[in-house]
Amino acid sequence: MNKKTTRKNENKEFTLVTYSFFILFLVLIAYFSFFIIFKSETAINNPYNKRQDTFEKYIVRGPIYSADGKLLAETKVAEDGKEERSYPYANLFAHAIGYAKNGKAGVESIANFNLLRSNTFIAERILNQVKGIQNLGDTVYTTYSYEAQKAAFDALGSYKGAVIAIDPSTGKILAMVSKPDFNPNSIVKDWDSLLSLDGKDSVLINRATQGSYAPGSVFKIFTTTEYIIENPGKYQQFQYQCEGVTTVQGSSIQCYNKYRHGNEDLEEAFANSCNCAFSHLGLTLNPEDFTKTCTKLLFNKKLPTAYPSTKSHFELTERSSISSIMEASIGQEKTTVSPLHMALISAAIANDGMLMQTQVIDHTTNAKEVGVTTIKSKEYGRLFTNAQATILQEYMREVVLSGTAKSLGSKAYEAYGKTGSAQVSDSSNDTHSWFTGYAIDSSGKKIALAVIVEKSGSGSEYAVPIAKKVFDAYLK
Amino acid sequence: MNNLIVQVSKIVLIILFALFTLELFSSLRYKKNQLLKFILIRQRILMFLILLLGNAVSYTQTSKNEFILLFLIECLFLMMLIKIYNIFYQKANQILIHGISMLLIISFIILPRLNYGKSIKHIIFCFIALVISSFVPLIMQKIQDLKKYKWFYGGTGIVLLLMVAILGATSHGAKLSLPLGPFSFQPSEFVKITFVFFTAAMLFQDTSFKNVVVTTIFAALHVLILVASNDLGGGFIYFFTYLIMLYVATKKVSYLGIGLFFGSGAALLAYRLFSHVRIRVLAWKDPFSVIDGAGYQISQSLFAIGTGGWFGLGLYEGMPDTIPVACEDFVFSAISEEMGGIFAICLIFLSIGIFLMIVNIAFRIKNQFYKLIALGLGTVYGVQVFINIGGVIKFIPSTGVTLPFVSYGGSSLLSSFMIIAIIQGLYLMDHEKKGEKNE
Repeated sequence: MNKKTTRKNENKEFTLVTYSFFILFLVLIAYFSFFIIFKSETAINNPYNKRQDTFEKYIVRGPIYSADGKLLAETKVAEDGKEERSYPYANLFAHAIGYAKNGKAGVESIANFNLLRSNTFIAERILNQVKGIQNLGDTVYTTYSYEAQKAAFDALGSYKGAVIAIDPSTGKILAMVSKPDFNPNSIVKDWDSLLSLDGKDSVLINRATQGSYAPGSVFKIFTTTEYIIENPGKYQQFQYQCEGVTTVQGSSIQCYNKYRHGNEDLEEAFANSCNCAFSHLGLTLNPEDFTKTCTKLLFNKKLPTAYPSTKSHFELTERSSISSIMEASIGQEKTTVSPLHMALISAAIANDGMLMQTQVIDHTTNAKEVGVTTIKSKEYGRLFTNAQATILQEYMREVVLSGTAKSLGSKAYEAYGKTGSAQVSDSSNDTHSWFTGYAIDSSGKKIALAVIVEKSGSGSEYAVPIAKKVFDAYLK
Repeated sequence: MNNLIVQVSKIVLIILFALFTLELFSSLRYKKNQLLKFILIRQRILMFLILLLGNAVSYTQTSKNEFILLFLIECLFLMMLIKIYNIFYQKANQILIHGISMLLIISFIILPRLNYGKSIKHIIFCFIALVISSFVPLIMQKIQDLKKYKWFYGGTGIVLLLMVAILGATSHGAKLSLPLGPFSFQPSEFVKITFVFFTAAMLFQDTSFKNVVVTTIFAALHVLILVASNDLGGGFIYFFTYLIMLYVATKKVSYLGIGLFFGSGAALLAYRLFSHVRIRVLAWKDPFSVIDGAGYQISQSLFAIGTGGWFGLGLYEGMPDTIPVACEDFVFSAISEEMGGIFAICLIFLSIGIFLMIVNIAFRIKNQFYKLIALGLGTVYGVQVFINIGGVIKFIPSTGVTLPFVSYGGSSLLSSFMIIAIIQGLYLMDHEKKGEKNE
């Protein structure tokens, strides 16, 4: 009897040990399967993964098209089996589509795995393998609009800078131009000179996603948002008498060309882009909460995009000086943003506060035009409440109706936005010209964008006309 | 054409291996000898086919005639392994030997693909380890008083580990090995065994609080020396093995709880104190962000597994040579890349099966001392497999331990063979005692 009980007791310990190990291993297998099913795609597409190139032995790299069916890249196979990648529009899509030699960039890098996978019929693939013939890779349809891209490219002209346009309701990237650019057809030949230029001009840097610029007055969108959050129901009562210059404890701020805006409320100060009003308003804000709000609005974190991108920076603390708070409130100081970030903010405002995940691959098909995958648009998260978005929409509309972006008036669509002129650095008088905003036509079709023109002048003068050309082309 | 052969055979290999693993699990359920006999025959056929197909693919891909010779030598080795336990130790657990053989067959296929030179050394180590370990059950039957030498086990362990900590050569940031003529020797692989013997000898009779405290102090000393040598994986194996043995010996869940509590506390303290621990945790949390540094290994491993997918790229079709230490700690990723995720999952199941068989043997042993040894060694095996695979698939931080029987490495191979031989010895001794009673 006694013996039986000990046996039974022992059973308990062994059962516990056996089952805990068994469960641990099952969890391990579950994690492993989870990784293969859901995470392997990111591992495969990582530019550090050299394995993708091994596929090139058996697959002819697939072609890339724009959303409106223009051929953007294809691989031609010569009689002797030599392959050549050609880009019919040369520089037009340089940074957007990228290159596939000497490393990879743009869609060539993002969709590398799709381009090197063949989803033609299995029997045909096996037959080709037996014959030793390469299979044809899948075709990638991007979200790019040829019309919008062409308009942005031509409008930016010979300036350095960037234009990025997004469909606010889906997150689809419609246009992405960064200048200076390069010709992807001759990338191998030009490589050394591009690299030597790179030190000075950074030709290979995609300024649309990797550029780091002082935001200047476009930052007032963030300052306004924080003021609305901190003064619910009372923000309409804000009043300020602008004298063109203001000085608080020895720190001076002036409006563009020291222009006196006179008496303004918040909406008017926003439309006039009044630096004096905003630097005063900034001093009433809680710096820690301001930083938190900005972090929620995509500062200090990775932006939701498959392109390599830089993080935007903003930080104020309890210890920040009066002059840094005043400067930060109008987008100077150490604050930096990328054009993509500003386009995302406008897209979220246009979409009533909800930001969509950016997307550059629309769908893929096999070489015989049979669909393989279609990427569904996904929500990234809510950046603004519905109410906040409505207020910002109203303010950004006022900028076009009576403020600094009056030239955006059009019969074909309603435009919204914010201009900016950012001082490049304390030691120079050069200014970057900014615009971010969006437009809707009568059918509800929307486009959000950000424009930066390096070392040009004021936003109204240089960036706004570029935005207009893109709006006109896309919403005609 | 070659590519087609590779692609078809990778599917066949997966099916054969899955069947083998199923046979092994079904053997755990059946007790009838007749059925077991059929399972053994079927398993041998499957093993032979897998080894043949693996070598055939390697031959097709490389056109190296050496693979024909290698195949014959490998067959010879497996026949020796199976026959030794079949003839000299007739009552040994054959299914367990088959499980080990299958692990070795996987190593025979993947290692030549990764590093031909190392694979030749591997097969030589296999012969040496087999010869040495096959005497173990015999010796154990001759020495009756294994339980008397507890301080010898404990002392040897501490001295060997201290020697490594002081004199050891550093590789990949950890002090693991002692130079021994032309070879390097990893004492911690063997101290695992003395450590289990020590713990079993201390706790099998006396589970008084005082004795538990004394034993725990000595066990903790082992772990601390390992952590000081930066052998975190080793430290974790010892710690966990001790905890399980303590729990089964004392039957007190509270010890398990206290142990886990202090273990987590110690891990947290180590994280605060040592930068090398923090680096490993960072490389685990977001390897791609430190891909040029600490995250390089694990990133390469994930690329390999991810690109391989469920069915693998096929032997010689991937790039497992981009994974650092692919022959040793990261062999699982190389297998997963070229032979497929399904194959890799079967490998995990095979390892679970081996662990379950060892625990089952431990459960059936009457003698408390032997029982604790078998359980302890089984735990060593189970934990080591878990932290190796968990580390390379980024389930837990990577700690640098080998995958028993599959990874390249003489010390690891010899100690794994010894562990299985000791368990077979215990199984036999227990069977003999039962036999005496029956007659």
